[in-house]
Amino acid sequence: MAASFDYFEHVADIGVIGIGDTLAEAFVGGAQGLFNVMVDIDQVDGTRCIDITCSAFDIQELYIEWLNTLLSEADINGMAFCRFTIDQLTENTLHGHAFGETIDAIKHHIKTEVKGATYSMLSIEKVNDNFVVKCVVDV
Amino acid sequence: MDLERLKKISDNVWEIPKSGDMLVNGRIFGSEELILGMDDKVYEQTSNVACLPGIQKFAAVMPDAHWGYGFPIGGVAAFDPEDGGVVSVGGVGFDVNCGVRSLTTNLTVNDVKPKLSTLVDTLFDMVPAGLGSRGEIALAGGKIYDVLTDGAPWIVEQGYGTKEDLTFIEEGGVIAGADPDNVSETAIKREKRQVGTLGSGNHYLEVQYVDQIYNQFIAEKFGLSMNQIIISFHCGSRALGHQIGTDYLKILAGASRKYNLPIRERELVCAPIYSPEGEKYFSAVNCATNYAFANRQVIAHLARKGVNKVFPDADVKTLYDVGHNTCKVERHKLNGKTKTLYVHRKGATRAFGKERSELPGSYKGAGQPVLIGGSMGTASYILAGLEEEEGAFASVCHGAGRVMSRTKAKKLWQGEGIVKELGARGIIIKTHSMRGVAEEAPGSYKPIEKVVDVIDATGLAAKVVRVRPLGCIKG
Repeated sequence: MAASFDYFEHVADIGVIGIGDTLAEAFVGGAQGLFNVMVDIDQVDGTRCIDITCSAFDIQELYIEWLNTLLSEADINGMAFCRFTIDQLTENTLHGHAFGETIDAIKHHIKTEVKGATYSMLSIEKVNDNFVVKCVVDV
Repeated sequence: MDLERLKKISDNVWEIPKSGDMLVNGRIFGSEELILGMDDKVYEQTSNVACLPGIQKFAAVMPDAHWGYGFPIGGVAAFDPEDGGVVSVGGVGFDVNCGVRSLTTNLTVNDVKPKLSTLVDTLFDMVPAGLGSRGEIALAGGKIYDVLTDGAPWIVEQGYGTKEDLTFIEEGGVIAGADPDNVSETAIKREKRQVGTLGSGNHYLEVQYVDQIYNQFIAEKFGLSMNQIIISFHCGSRALGHQIGTDYLKILAGASRKYNLPIRERELVCAPIYSPEGEKYFSAVNCATNYAFANRQVIAHLARKGVNKVFPDADVKTLYDVGHNTCKVERHKLNGKTKTLYVHRKGATRAFGKERSELPGSYKGAGQPVLIGGSMGTASYILAGLEEEEGAFASVCHGAGRVMSRTKAKKLWQGEGIVKELGARGIIIKTHSMRGVAEEAPGSYKPIEKVVDVIDATGLAAKVVRVRPLGCIKG
């Protein structure tokens, strides 16, 4: 299966679930879920590519760092992202790319701004043959 | 939350008795009904906060509390630096110095109603809001740093608003000890085009009118009268504050390991106030605090311009501006002794009493105006701080508090339906995101009057007036 995403309930904010055959795919799924909170990612064209590098103390911190780096890069570049790749993932480091275009309130059907990915309900698990990553994002 | 786990002090005051590693008790301000509606995580998170080094008196919880990040939302805790006290990311949150500004006008409901639609449209056009919006000030060169160190007064110098506005902002709109060297390059890049923007989520700008006066003497002191038009808005330090929160979660996670601090939840990471990491974090928080004051000052200026476009003779003044996601150095009396403490308020509003020297001259003898925003379409309240020594370090609630998830709200309501329903009640909603409106549906929040009544009954603050919305702008 390819990377996919889902959501879970949280009283004030939104729980995002990333799913994939590999941990990298699950991270990609989580990123898709994150950006789909803010825009309709299907409406975004991945015409521009941003290089993403992250490092962290452990794999859990690395996942949060990945999501927060994507948020800051989208913000700094005035973009919405729709597609992600990860070509290198270790316990402490990640290298990948985010694809998207300049944010357009009408074309992308903007929804709610995410302030940050949080450690709340953070989990990284292998469920059957899939990797599943979860966290709550603060909106 | 199960009441059986709490010790009842009075009808609206409850205690989480100290156990295990807790250094102090937890103290919940709330009615039976409100506490029964709180999730158990509030109990757990309050107990965790009570374990942090240097905490004083108790870990307090406001009646609008719900599950947060490290601290519960609605959590208040004060730390003594001389007693090994700490500063914690969870105690401030991601949206540093998020708060409310209210502006008074000399207009009445009757003046505004015939032109309400034009007024709301004008304000919607003038105040940038929603995901990806950009402010009209581009902070190039050294200006990026000026706004962090000099806050709202610097913004006024640039021509946005009046010096009189500054008198009615907490701290005069600027806090000392803000060194931009402690703010990351990423955070600096993110702030450049966001000063003067509302944001999205639960942030809003409302055209309101006074529909009930509870305390005539204080209402007059605050310049409030029946049917008067008020403009209020809720926003914070935008991406700058979010990035500072994100950056320091990592840095203070390292500090918590280094100083071997008892962290029960990852977002409670902290550092001793007297440590290089703690000093840097507090300095970065001060930068974001100043940025939020500056942000609200630009929006106040834009709102004033908007009102004057439709009503050229209207006199629009700042009533008050106060944050509710803050860490501030304040003096408080504990067991008869005055101490200097680092007070964390995560979703709680400062509510200084009438004797405080920090109040603007005209509010002395009345108390600090406390601005409590309701959910979209419902009432908001203006209270006056009473600051009893038995209180929670001069703190009260900050809003109604959510009771339903955003996902559930979207399943129950459609944005278009909410706009139509409120329209039938004479309330105009303008938004950049209909889905955002559905998420913020009034039914997804606690009834605000029950929250505010607890504050009034406990003597933390006194109700002064209630305001109702006529128009609401959502990001």
